[in-house]
Amino acid sequence: MANKSIIDINNLTRNFQVGDETVHALRGVSFSIQEGEFVTIMGTSGSGKSTLLNILGCLDTPTGGNYLLDGESVGNMSKDQRAEYRNRKIGFIFQSYNLLSRTTALDNVALPLLYNGFVNKAQRIERAKQALIDVGLSNRMYHFSNQMSGGQQQRVAIARALVNNPVIILADEATGNLDTRTSFEILSLFQDLHQSGKTIIFVTHNPELSQYSSRTILLRDGKIISDTYNSHPLSAAETLAKLPNIDL
Amino acid sequence: MNYWNLFYIALRAILSNKMRTFLTMLGMIIGVSSVITMLAIGQGSKRSIREQISEMGSNMVMIHPNRGRMGGVRMSSADMQVLKAKDFEDLQKECPHISAITPQVSSSGQLINGIKNAPTTVYGVNEDYLNIRRYKVDKGSFFSDEHVKTYAKVAVIGTTVVNNLFDEETDPIGKVIRFNKIPVTIVGVLESKGSNSMGQDQDDIVLMPYTTVQKRILAQTHFQSIVASATNEKDTELAVEEISAVLRRNHQITGDKEDDFDIRSQEELVSTLTSTTDMMTVLLACIAGISLLVGGIGIMNIMFVSVTERTKEIGLRMSIGAKEKHIMLQFLIEAIMISISGGLIGVLFGLLASYLVNFLAGWPVYIQGWSVLLSFAVCTTAGIFFGWYPARKAARLDPIEAIRYE
Ligand SMILES: Nc1ncnc2c1ncn2[C@@H]1O[C@H](COP(=O)(O)OP(=O)(O)O)[C@@H](O)[C@H]1O
Ligand SMILES: [Mg+2]
Repeated sequence: MANKSIIDINNLTRNFQVGDETVHALRGVSFSIQEGEFVTIMGTSGSGKSTLLNILGCLDTPTGGNYLLDGESVGNMSKDQRAEYRNRKIGFIFQSYNLLSRTTALDNVALPLLYNGFVNKAQRIERAKQALIDVGLSNRMYHFSNQMSGGQQQRVAIARALVNNPVIILADEATGNLDTRTSFEILSLFQDLHQSGKTIIFVTHNPELSQYSSRTILLRDGKIISDTYNSHPLSAAETLAKLPNIDL
Repeated sequence: MNYWNLFYIALRAILSNKMRTFLTMLGMIIGVSSVITMLAIGQGSKRSIREQISEMGSNMVMIHPNRGRMGGVRMSSADMQVLKAKDFEDLQKECPHISAITPQVSSSGQLINGIKNAPTTVYGVNEDYLNIRRYKVDKGSFFSDEHVKTYAKVAVIGTTVVNNLFDEETDPIGKVIRFNKIPVTIVGVLESKGSNSMGQDQDDIVLMPYTTVQKRILAQTHFQSIVASATNEKDTELAVEEISAVLRRNHQITGDKEDDFDIRSQEELVSTLTSTTDMMTVLLACIAGISLLVGGIGIMNIMFVSVTERTKEIGLRMSIGAKEKHIMLQFLIEAIMISISGGLIGVLFGLLASYLVNFLAGWPVYIQGWSVLLSFAVCTTAGIFFGWYPARKAARLDPIEAIRYE
């Protein structure tokens, strides 16, 4: 396969200074991710998953190492350039959704486009609506985010991550706050997005969930201890169908 | 980035948190309106006192004999034979900054009309007195120069005297009354002036030619005082200097010898009286200043807290692509919109409150443009600065630091 490399990191380190102590959250992490992959980054709590994903999402800067995003070296970028990259190339999904409260789903989803000078108002609304339809919330567009269930809020957050048509979607414990059933619904949504060609990095501490992606990177104490490909990922939709339906 | 989008974003942020917006505005409203009201009350009372004094003639200059002299024996200034007819005539001729001047002699006694009588003081003056004390003749006329020259037994009286001596139906003009047994013909009645600011009834007054009072009542040739009007309020000091020069020459006072006369201008009285109100204005201004400070600190606090509380929101906005300048502009626009509308509402409330104080409590108020501008400017500046500064701090963080902020 002549796949294009979306993410290329080499010997990434990240230290935190806590008082006199230095916490080594990442101790030299290297991998590359090709276009169209669905990667699970797994590890116990405190293994450095979020730290790694924040750096990949240009939300944080590494202490050392190189990071190429879509062919560009992030280390050489200015703050404003990184902001532009976050806006155009990255869709980031947080465990705690991070939506604007007292704001409709549509306005939340349209928000990234407001910071994109190339999108006018009509396009903005059109694309935000389409993203909400894509995540299955066509009937909730004008609901306030704080009046929605956790699963719905996460769908809004996913729609917001999709709206700028990013080269990669980064999800940090996106199902961490949700019940089993809703988790599989969201996971199924990620699989659909993957099917449609999106590149996805999915962070979780739950080993069970790694069976649904095409590649699993295992992290421990800030280092990669395994990186395996999975040629036959399970279907989240099927698992969902087998779950006992307690909604009745 | 389309900058109109930032206006839209800011407006959305303001409207989607009405409580926060309201509380922020409340600080501005209270700060601005209390300062305006306080200063309006202070200025109002100062002005009303000034007005009352200037009703009496603020450019008035009074010349009395100086009581300090006469070899240690203190005498009533009225008994000192210092001010003579020649002094009056010379002052009238030689002082360009005097527009009106009259000698003044007075005598107390009983006014009698038939069975009615009233104790009073008769003032001997000339025609200029009307001008100097701002009286107007209501009925009849003032006595003439001719009356002065001939020691005519005529009088002009105030409305209180009219009420004391005559029935309501009687026209006092042409009637003859008695003052200390001397028959006096009433030629005019003065327009009522009411009480002055010190509570004196300005209508309890009897005016006669000074010559008449001197010759027929007091049998003296000197004056108790001379009263003059400077050409205008600002010329008062010049007039005082001119008067002093003429009198020193006439009285042969040279070098550093003490004057045998004493000149006082109404201006001095005004300044003593206004110094009390000045003190009150200073006091009120201090309170207003403290309100302004407290208002400013209140604005600072609520802005600081609300922006700090919004650090997470700032982090989120940055995580989806907002640049530092976008965040700063958004918060600046928000702060400007809130501060200016809060300030304007504050001005409105301040004007309303001043009006209510005037209407309900009857206190005089006067709103000065600068007090409105000052309080508006201080509060909006505080609001804008403290809305923008913490946002700038937050916008300089890495997005993840801001998002994690609790
Ligand atoms: N801002 C920070 N300051 C100090 N230490 C941090 C910070 N963020 C993460 N860490 C530390 O780095 C390590 C990895 O954290 P994290 O990446 O959040 O782990 P995970 O997401 O895998 O649970 C932990 O030991 C954590 O305490
Ligand atoms: Mg984590």
